[in-house]
Amino acid sequence: MTVATQAAPAAIQEQEMLISGSEAIAEALTLADIDVVTAYPIRPYDTVMQAIAKKISGGKLVAEYIVAEGEHSQFEIVKHASTVGARVFCGSSGVGWAYAMECLVVTPALRVPMVAMVGNRALDDPGAFGVEHNDALFVRDLGWLLCWIDSSQEALDTTLIAYRVAEDRRIFLPIAISADGAFLTHSQAITKVPSKSLVDKFLPPYHRGDLQLHPDNPITVAPQVNEDWVIEIRRQNNAATERAYTVIEEAYADFRRVFGRGPENPWFEEYMTEDAEIILMGMGTLSLPVKVAIRKMREDGKKVGLIRLRWFRPFPYEQLARALRKARAIGVIDRDYSFGSPFGSGVVATEVRAALYNAEHRPPLIGFICGLGGREVTLEDVYKTAEICYSAAKAGKTERATYWLGVRE
Amino acid sequence: MAHLICEVVYRGIFQKNLASRITRGIVLSARKAGKWGIAFGRYGDSPQRNGIPAKDFAIVADTQEELEQHMARYEPKELHVTICVDDTLCKGVESWAWYGLQPINRLLLPNGHLLVSSTQSAEELLKDAHKKDAPYSLWILPGKASLAGLWVYKEDHTEVRVLGALAKIAPKILSIEAVAEAIREAEWGSDLKVESARKAYERIQGRPVKITDGNPETPYSFQMPKWWEMREGVTIPSLPIGKPIEGGEGYRPERSAVFKKFSTRTMRPVIDFDTCVKCTLCWLQCPDSCFDVTPEGLYDANMEACCGCGICEAVCPVENCITMVNEAAFDDNASQWEMWRKDKGAYKAWLGAKITDKVHVGRSHGFRYRGQYEEELKAGELELGGAALASGIPGENADQKGLKPNVHEDKSSSIVTGVAEAPGG
Ligand code: SF4
Ligand code: SF4
Repeated sequence: MTVATQAAPAAIQEQEMLISGSEAIAEALTLADIDVVTAYPIRPYDTVMQAIAKKISGGKLVAEYIVAEGEHSQFEIVKHASTVGARVFCGSSGVGWAYAMECLVVTPALRVPMVAMVGNRALDDPGAFGVEHNDALFVRDLGWLLCWIDSSQEALDTTLIAYRVAEDRRIFLPIAISADGAFLTHSQAITKVPSKSLVDKFLPPYHRGDLQLHPDNPITVAPQVNEDWVIEIRRQNNAATERAYTVIEEAYADFRRVFGRGPENPWFEEYMTEDAEIILMGMGTLSLPVKVAIRKMREDGKKVGLIRLRWFRPFPYEQLARALRKARAIGVIDRDYSFGSPFGSGVVATEVRAALYNAEHRPPLIGFICGLGGREVTLEDVYKTAEICYSAAKAGKTERATYWLGVRE
Repeated sequence: MAHLICEVVYRGIFQKNLASRITRGIVLSARKAGKWGIAFGRYGDSPQRNGIPAKDFAIVADTQEELEQHMARYEPKELHVTICVDDTLCKGVESWAWYGLQPINRLLLPNGHLLVSSTQSAEELLKDAHKKDAPYSLWILPGKASLAGLWVYKEDHTEVRVLGALAKIAPKILSIEAVAEAIREAEWGSDLKVESARKAYERIQGRPVKITDGNPETPYSFQMPKWWEMREGVTIPSLPIGKPIEGGEGYRPERSAVFKKFSTRTMRPVIDFDTCVKCTLCWLQCPDSCFDVTPEGLYDANMEACCGCGICEAVCPVENCITMVNEAAFDDNASQWEMWRKDKGAYKAWLGAKITDKVHVGRSHGFRYRGQYEEELKAGELELGGAALASGIPGENADQKGLKPNVHEDKSSSIVTGVAEAPGG
């Protein structure tokens, strides 16, 4: 339902809606006029399924809505649909995403520009619904492009951008958009929804060209090969992933041009980092408590800032090294775990540490495992991370490389 | 700078859509005055399970930054208003997982507001709502608990009446004009609904609740274990086996001391021990093993464990031996069998009074038979939450229980009224 439109550059062409992150994705899918979507229920991905189903039943979207008998088939179906030229959408959560793994693995090699939503959910066991990022991170080494969002608005915008990037002939790779279960998938916020005509200016139709499976273009997809072929195929995928650095920047620039909003820096959001002594980092909706805590800490004269990573693959290591060059200490808050990893750190902390290895300036870096299974990241948790970072900055080294916060102990 | 934080405490499935309309309505009304807002639910299984207490929240503020400040993303810690859309929730709220029993007014700020949709008096409600260490106001919106289902919505105007009442409680944030405008624009809105909201706005009155008022019981709670205290391998120990009740006779299963289910209940069974034929069906079919086997072989439903599903009533072969009665008619969880064996005459009188209690009738578990929805909504006084029930109410259920077969067969035109489980996962 619409409420009064706010004055904005593209005011006439945007309306406001009170929608959740999942509903925002469904709005974007409608605007992108997807052709095939597959569904298999698992919370919180099911909220997107329901929102798309409503769009179709309400006549707002014409698309094939296929309920599969499991996640594996769900991803197989859209993979095939994409090879014949359909714009596809799919998604899952937690162990559902894991069940699709065999298909997730083959998708990048086949250069299928599928856009998927991962409603981040803790992996079983124990059965739980709360957010952890380990599910989407399964595919981080495979050629999937991965990004995290933190608001309904960003959910909508990023979905449009994802199609633009994935379907770029230089890329043709799948993209997974991660949305924190509950905090984003189930929270309704006021969101600007652009008009279809505006979206059409930004998002061209999907053309698969010489890779399209069609009687007029006889090709075989995915033949069996021996050792003479595999590493070259991997090399191609690597080249496509590297080209994503350019294509993503282009897409965001174009998004700003068409819609009159959107971030300058696609890779990460910087919040009060300009003069920050301590920079906290993380992905997804933990940005909210961190920002509120930063505002409070700044009142006490503590110069803390936040870098919220949007894109995890490709990983913006050069951009990050630049953004972190003035920090006296870095605290990375991971909503994931990586048991037995270097320093027992979470995945993001390990990646940031690696990104800084060649940097001239390598401030102390501390990893925090926090908010697992949907546990709230509290203001107190954030104050604690800043405090620990400050003592590391003073000492010029890290006492301990990794802390677990918010655990009953 | 001003903001408003509200929760809606509701019954899973039965009121899920109602709660979401209310919280959306709050945000959309506030938006009319240029404010920002967010509507969200407490995550978990509760909304998807019949009758389990669940929560939705709405937060509105003057600016986006102020909104963020108060946007606890899981559950706000402090509230201005608690909206309770089923008065039996005033007995306390135990959610899906093990949280202990939380008083309905627990999160209210001092001088906050508790808005309850009820046909009970304030005195009766305060027998249920626990004492609070700060004063607050109680507002009663006259009306029955609007219980519907996942796939059906009961258009009895409860959502707009709550919004109208809220405009009286928090006029600085939600003006009645803004509420009216938002209702008119909502896809579920209408001019008639705007009228209902205005009526509620004009008629609702609050009364102060002192710190001495309320149910004096201490709600059960427990300490969560530390990570190193917990068993490894995601295991939990079983409950020990039960024991005879007395003299080696009867059987009472052991029950969890920290996870009870009674706050899920909107109706409870009352049992006529004098007509029971000891067929064991209630005991066998109860999904929660609620029945204690008494030394004389009767079956006593334990009210700490009973979730009020009504299965025992449905399976009992003796007419009017088990009858489901509105939970609002009870003030404690005492054993009916103990009462019966102490004084059979007094028990009979008590039982009769409960079954025919017309003050508390009008309770259904969503819908109990095909056609009930239409019956309830036939031109009724919306102030009382719809038309009075003609049948299917406590004490008058026998003809709905299949004892007179096919009685509703002819209502094939009625909408689907069964309450379905939510999609899995
Ligand atoms: S209503 Fe009857 S069957 Fe249902 S939980 Fe209570 S005692 Fe058991
Ligand atoms: S089902 Fe009815 S008759 Fe049978 S044991 Fe239970 S109360 Fe008695």
